[in-house]
Amino acid sequence: MYDAPTPENRVTDQTIKFSARKVQVYYGDTHAIKDVDVDIADNTVTAFIGPSGCGKSTFLRCLNRMNDTIDVCRVEGDILLDGEDIYDKKVDPVQLRAKVGMVFQKPNPFPKSIYDNIAYGPRIHGLANSRADLDEIVEKALRRGAIWDEVKDRLDAPGTGLSGGQQQRLCIARAVATEPEVLLMDEPCSALDPIATAQVEELIDELRQNYSVVIVTHSMQQAARVSQKTAFFHLGSLVEFDDTEQIFTNPKDERTESYITGRIG
Amino acid sequence: MPLFWLIMIVLAVAAAGYFLGRQRALASAGGNTRHLHSLPSYYGWNVAMKAAVPAFLLLIVWLLVQPVYINSTVSGMIPDRTVADNASRGLVMAEVRRTAEGLDNAVAEGTMTRDFASDMRADITDVTQRLKDAGQIVTSTVTQPVLNAAQRYRVMNATGTLWMSIAVIVLAFAGAFRGLREAHSDFRARNTVEQGIRAILIGAASIAILTTVGIILSLVFNTIEFFRLYPAWDFFTGLNWAPSFSGRGGSSDLGVLPLLWGTFYISIVALAVAVPVGLFSAIYLSEYASPRVRSVAKPMLEVLAGIPTIVYGLFALLTVGPLLVSVFGRDGLGWMQSGTAVMTAGLVMGIMLIPFVSSLSDDIINAVPQAMRDGSYGLGATRSETIKQVILPAALPGIVGAILLAASRAIGETMIVVLGAGAAAKLSLNPFEAMTTVTAKIVSQLTGDADFASPEALVAFALGMTLFVITLGLNVFALYIVRKYREQYE
Repeated sequence: MYDAPTPENRVTDQTIKFSARKVQVYYGDTHAIKDVDVDIADNTVTAFIGPSGCGKSTFLRCLNRMNDTIDVCRVEGDILLDGEDIYDKKVDPVQLRAKVGMVFQKPNPFPKSIYDNIAYGPRIHGLANSRADLDEIVEKALRRGAIWDEVKDRLDAPGTGLSGGQQQRLCIARAVATEPEVLLMDEPCSALDPIATAQVEELIDELRQNYSVVIVTHSMQQAARVSQKTAFFHLGSLVEFDDTEQIFTNPKDERTESYITGRIG
Repeated sequence: MPLFWLIMIVLAVAAAGYFLGRQRALASAGGNTRHLHSLPSYYGWNVAMKAAVPAFLLLIVWLLVQPVYINSTVSGMIPDRTVADNASRGLVMAEVRRTAEGLDNAVAEGTMTRDFASDMRADITDVTQRLKDAGQIVTSTVTQPVLNAAQRYRVMNATGTLWMSIAVIVLAFAGAFRGLREAHSDFRARNTVEQGIRAILIGAASIAILTTVGIILSLVFNTIEFFRLYPAWDFFTGLNWAPSFSGRGGSSDLGVLPLLWGTFYISIVALAVAVPVGLFSAIYLSEYASPRVRSVAKPMLEVLAGIPTIVYGLFALLTVGPLLVSVFGRDGLGWMQSGTAVMTAGLVMGIMLIPFVSSLSDDIINAVPQAMRDGSYGLGATRSETIKQVILPAALPGIVGAILLAASRAIGETMIVVLGAGAAAKLSLNPFEAMTTVTAKIVSQLTGDADFASPEALVAFALGMTLFVITLGLNVFALYIVRKYREQYE
């Protein structure tokens, strides 16, 4: 069903969304991310792969400043979103996170109704002027999350009552509802079964039309299936960053080759 | 034989049994522990357990049964005529016991010979005089039946104690002997000891439960007794609380409603203080405070829970009351007559309840998964938005449980009310007026010379029962809510 990206999926020329230069992250005394330079393009799925503890999730969380919620975490270097430094003092991390949505490893719907789960972000950011407006936003988000048909008759049911795959698509829809420009996904399929995984992957491919998507994954097949660009992290450093096809067929670095062939990690 | 020595002997038998059992088991395995089923000490414990436990159980049962048996036998000796003169048979029996003790002590001190003390035909005035000389407490002249009964009481007590000692020691030796015979390498001493430990734990748990049952039963019987003397309808619907202190029933108004109103009014004021302050401090501690602040502030807040309530009462009486009077009293707004008022007690009780609300809510808020917070922050919500819209709704059932537990503490609180709220039972809406609660009235009904046959004293049990039912209901409701909440995340 899913293979390596077909030529028409390949991205040739896009605007750069995120541009990271010399990013360092420290957890207390631990140097978790070292000198990472990466450019993330718009309308592209970028995959971060690498063994556990290599820093790919940490780096992902730098992109929407989720690391700010951890006291001992310190970020240095420049991360530019559309040319603006997101770690600048002027930038409000709360506003930033509305622009850079995030989907987590474990589906985490709020213990509210499906409708309220989706409406949460738009309500906070005042995106709807009326109830009808909000209804429309919710429906649009649920359609984008490819879950509308399954839940349209029970929008008042609790979001926690859905199956794991449905919950994760609900969370993606929730992230989409605030109309972000970038979607960060931290191993979004690791708690899902193969069928739900396939649905979410299909969804990620569709989301590429409107967003820049960054996905952290442990599954190299998944990275190969859904992404156009792949970054390989190892021991806190970015080892290789290139077109996905290039990484999986002809890696330049031998560490990358060892990892994708299963010799390390 | 004094009880102390009896216990010592049993313990000595058990201790000796421990070492002998160990040794015997080791010897049966040829000195090699690997051939034993259990570790050597288990064989020792098996012997010690079998020596001590049945012996002590017998001792306890004997000590409980003997006085009852002797009492019933001896009180049969006292003619009804003597009892009629006095108030009750119980009082005469108390006299008998006192005399018997006096005789015992006199013999022990040597002012009286053993034979004289047990002489059935001894001159009564002489006995009384001698007892008084020996410094023993004898109320008046010892009457003939009382003296005879006391002498009989002494004899029975002495024989009873003797037989008890013999039985207990024999049982201890028999148990030790049985344990020793078992101390063989094939015996599963480990499993036996395990069962013994289980029995001890079950015993501990059942003591707690049985005590509760006993308390409830004593409340129930006394409450029924009260309702026999005073109509239940008047008690539950009466708007007036005016117990007469001299009369014997009939003239007292014992309506519970003013007391319940006072209880609820003070509790509501207390909760109005404790819930917002406690909840907000819990939110601060769990969501905003840095680990360092939290590690200092949380224990300090919990110190409040360790302050005895009587100290809170003093605080109410000496600080909060006068402070309120200076603002709302005659010199200020003129709403308040004196320092003791619903407001005084309610405020101080609220402070007392803060740690209950904050500590429980803090645990509950911390139990909300981090994933919920991440999800909300990831959507661009601020901290307070996250707390208000995600964390509090998720934690709400647990917080309600915490508040209900605090409410049942407030309803049962006594000392702060006694010192802070006054003693007047009133049905009033003015929070600056003195009122009183159910608990405070239970205290005042039972302190002093309470005659437990009068409705004025028995009403305390009915009040206690009412309170018990209310707090039990609240606790059950709180537990139900907390349990329902727990299922949500686990």
